[in-house]
Amino acid sequence: MTRNPQLTANGELTHLLTLEGLPAAIVTHILDTAEPFVSIAEREVKKVPLLRGKAMFNLFFENSTRTRTTFEIAAKRLSADVINLNIGASSTTKGETLLDTVDNLCAMNADLFVVRHSQSGAPHLIAAHLTAKGRSHVHVVNAGDGRHAHPTQGLLDLYTIRHYKKDFRALTVAIVGDVLHSRVARSLIHGLTTMQVPRVRVIAPRTLLPTKVESLGVEVFNDMREGLSGCDVIVMLRLQNERMKGALLPSAGEYFKHYGLTGDKLALARPDAIVMHPGPMNRGVEIESPVADGARSVILPQVTFGIAVRMAVLSIVSAN
Amino acid sequence: MKLEIRNGRLIDPARALDRAASLFIDAEMIASVGEAPRDWRPDRVVDAAGCIVCPGLVDLAARLREPGFEYKATLESELAAAAAGGVTSLSCPPDTDPPLDEPGLVEMLKHRARQIGQARVYPVGALTVGLAGATLTEMGELAEAGCVAFSQADVPLHDTLMLLRALQYAGTFGHRVWLRPQDHHLAFGGVAHDGEVATRLGLPAIPVAAETIALAKIFGLVRETGVGVHLCRLSSADGVAMVRGAKQEGLPITCDVGVHHLHLCDVDIGWFDAQANLMPPLRGTRDRDALRGAVIDGTIDAICSDHAPVDDDGKQMPFAEAEPGATGLELLLPLTLKWANELKVPLVDALARITTGPAAILGAAPASLAKGSAADVCVFDPAAAWTVCADALRSQGKNTPFLGLEVAGKVRATLLAGRVVHEA
Amino acid sequence: MTPDGHLPDAEAALDAMVERMRGAVAHDAALVGIYSGGAWIAERLAARLPGAHPLGFIDVSYYRDDYALSGLKPNTRRTALPFDVSGASIVLVDDVLYTGRSVRAAINELFDFGRPERIELAVLVDRGGRELPIEATYTGVRLAVARDRSIVLSRDSGGALSLCVEPAGVVG
Repeated sequence: MTRNPQLTANGELTHLLTLEGLPAAIVTHILDTAEPFVSIAEREVKKVPLLRGKAMFNLFFENSTRTRTTFEIAAKRLSADVINLNIGASSTTKGETLLDTVDNLCAMNADLFVVRHSQSGAPHLIAAHLTAKGRSHVHVVNAGDGRHAHPTQGLLDLYTIRHYKKDFRALTVAIVGDVLHSRVARSLIHGLTTMQVPRVRVIAPRTLLPTKVESLGVEVFNDMREGLSGCDVIVMLRLQNERMKGALLPSAGEYFKHYGLTGDKLALARPDAIVMHPGPMNRGVEIESPVADGARSVILPQVTFGIAVRMAVLSIVSAN
Repeated sequence: MKLEIRNGRLIDPARALDRAASLFIDAEMIASVGEAPRDWRPDRVVDAAGCIVCPGLVDLAARLREPGFEYKATLESELAAAAAGGVTSLSCPPDTDPPLDEPGLVEMLKHRARQIGQARVYPVGALTVGLAGATLTEMGELAEAGCVAFSQADVPLHDTLMLLRALQYAGTFGHRVWLRPQDHHLAFGGVAHDGEVATRLGLPAIPVAAETIALAKIFGLVRETGVGVHLCRLSSADGVAMVRGAKQEGLPITCDVGVHHLHLCDVDIGWFDAQANLMPPLRGTRDRDALRGAVIDGTIDAICSDHAPVDDDGKQMPFAEAEPGATGLELLLPLTLKWANELKVPLVDALARITTGPAAILGAAPASLAKGSAADVCVFDPAAAWTVCADALRSQGKNTPFLGLEVAGKVRATLLAGRVVHEA
Repeated sequence: MTPDGHLPDAEAALDAMVERMRGAVAHDAALVGIYSGGAWIAERLAARLPGAHPLGFIDVSYYRDDYALSGLKPNTRRTALPFDVSGASIVLVDDVLYTGRSVRAAINELFDFGRPERIELAVLVDRGGRELPIEATYTGVRLAVARDRSIVLSRDSGGALSLCVEPAGVVG
């Protein structure tokens, strides 16, 4: 295995591909950098000139208006130029390979690639290719690759938890839902274990848990009531409709009964527990509206923090 | 032509021979071992000092990519690679384009290979037409054209009744059947071993059960029909245990393993290195260790290269979209030597797994250096180290997880029917 | 150095600033200190100058011109301007005026908040060495120091200010 491909020889962050293996010091640096960026949204001119003149390409091979938009806002608040490329899933059948596309964009003086792809490992492939071609001034930020990682989501989740709970080392965090298919879950788990959260739990039926998930450093619960007991943070994952097919689950109704977050299940957690969700929510499937809109929900602040965290990531990688 | 190979260490697994001796070759045959024949005047002398002289290697699985996939490799390049790897006999699977389900295609392949004259090619014919699993092929015609066995290559045949019929039919005429033990539904969409690595990397996975359930099915059919089956590319510890049990039971089963699986496991995928995308997938360390041990105790009869040249475009893709396979003809020998060295396997036994063992499964002439045998010989320097890189490989396939690494074992000369087809 | 080779006393320099600004600065001018030395001075000026002067603080980290070279500085503080920048009369306050680049960054940042009517500059120490055409309106003291040295303002627990000279590159 080679050196961590995200770091330069000096140990500085040049790509953000995954939270796995990222030193705690770098994670903390990103969160600390994000903090002052939150207040920029309150200015009249919501911009600072840090990335003026830089070209950021949103390379989305998988559709996502939400994530693409937050990256675009983050980049524009740093005064970068943003170009959106929605290539869709059939790029390779159109003849041009992923790396050919990257090479063409480098020829157009791209400085930053924000990549979302349906296949795990696509951003790593791009970063390795850029290194092989000697393009050390071009940076890759992973906006979600297959089931593997969604590091900026993991970071904004960490930021949110730190904002409300202060000390990672005293917490019990539960992640509920389709962990098997979730890059959000994987990144958050890596982030939480890196920041030394002592108890990380996953709560899901067996069909939605990956093989040997405990090896990631989590405790497994199939019973949601048991798993939520004493939690400080509850992270609800989105359940996609396709999961009803493929014999993973019988119905949304049965899923909601056992794994949906309702007020009475929330009461089993600590009284000051916070409720998080990466969005978009399926109301009535993984979470009921009174909880989603309730006092303990920090789902909307997550979005605000998400922009600041992405601004921090873009600023940090661009400087290295 | 009279050719003498002098000063070498002769290893002939067929006769459990391992001693310093010279080899005397006259025209296409071995004329004598150890002592020169009467009135011996050689036209050429090959000095094998420091080298091992053994039968030419026999590789049970090498994709030559012709017909149909010439952009990946051609017969010219791959047979040259075979010769460079010391392989004098190889068997190619039927998954060409079109698949080898017609005698004309098989004849053409054999004819081309004969003309190139760098290795003996033993094609495996398609078990079903188009490999589609619906109709049996004309196995009689294909066998006459030169097919030594019938298989589905890597294409699943999930209709159990169809598989039963295919075994019965093949068995009627004494044709051999080779099968990849992989359950289609459990393996569907998977690209990596179902374990911690696939979970971390978020890769669609193939559980060990895909192999064990398929093995159970095949053994059931073998019991039912009495027809022998050769199992291609074992990958798991549980699979090894089942094969051991089946052999103890007396079932007519043989099996092989890909040489890369004796060394690597799923951790070697690293950060999504598509060079480590192989089929069957590289499994855990426990599986690899079981495979290594199984070759020693004979549960696994043969090591093959599972040679699969893939062009750059095929590998420069996100892991799950990349084409599986590694180049292998030129790595079969050094990687077998590496395994033997690490587990202290005597060379005569190690070389048996890539000469006599596979020859028996092919039904070809036994790979041997005895007087009167065909002079298919490999002369190699076991200590010579070389770095695996594009320039060092004759094959058009430069795809291997060993890229950039150093291996020991360099072929100095390969003889096919007494003719030198490779020298270095 | 002053002619007799000593570093000037920071409190004395502050007194000189106050003298020059009293009566010259608009009675409703906002005092905006550049973190962190300028912020301390702005606080002291607000307490000593007559009139009600809104007090603001500005962090120029995002507007510096050396971001590409040195990246983001750690410990970025929040810019806090509790008054309407548009139409305001502002006195930017900094501890040491040297190349002029921090002041350029501060002016750019102020303009992102609105269009001020006037900006003046008050500095405790002017050490020359300008790289941009920027001059202070009010200066406490002038000081020449070698290029490889930095002038650093410190504040003790009692709030007293003092100046010292350190090798350039030491965190100030």
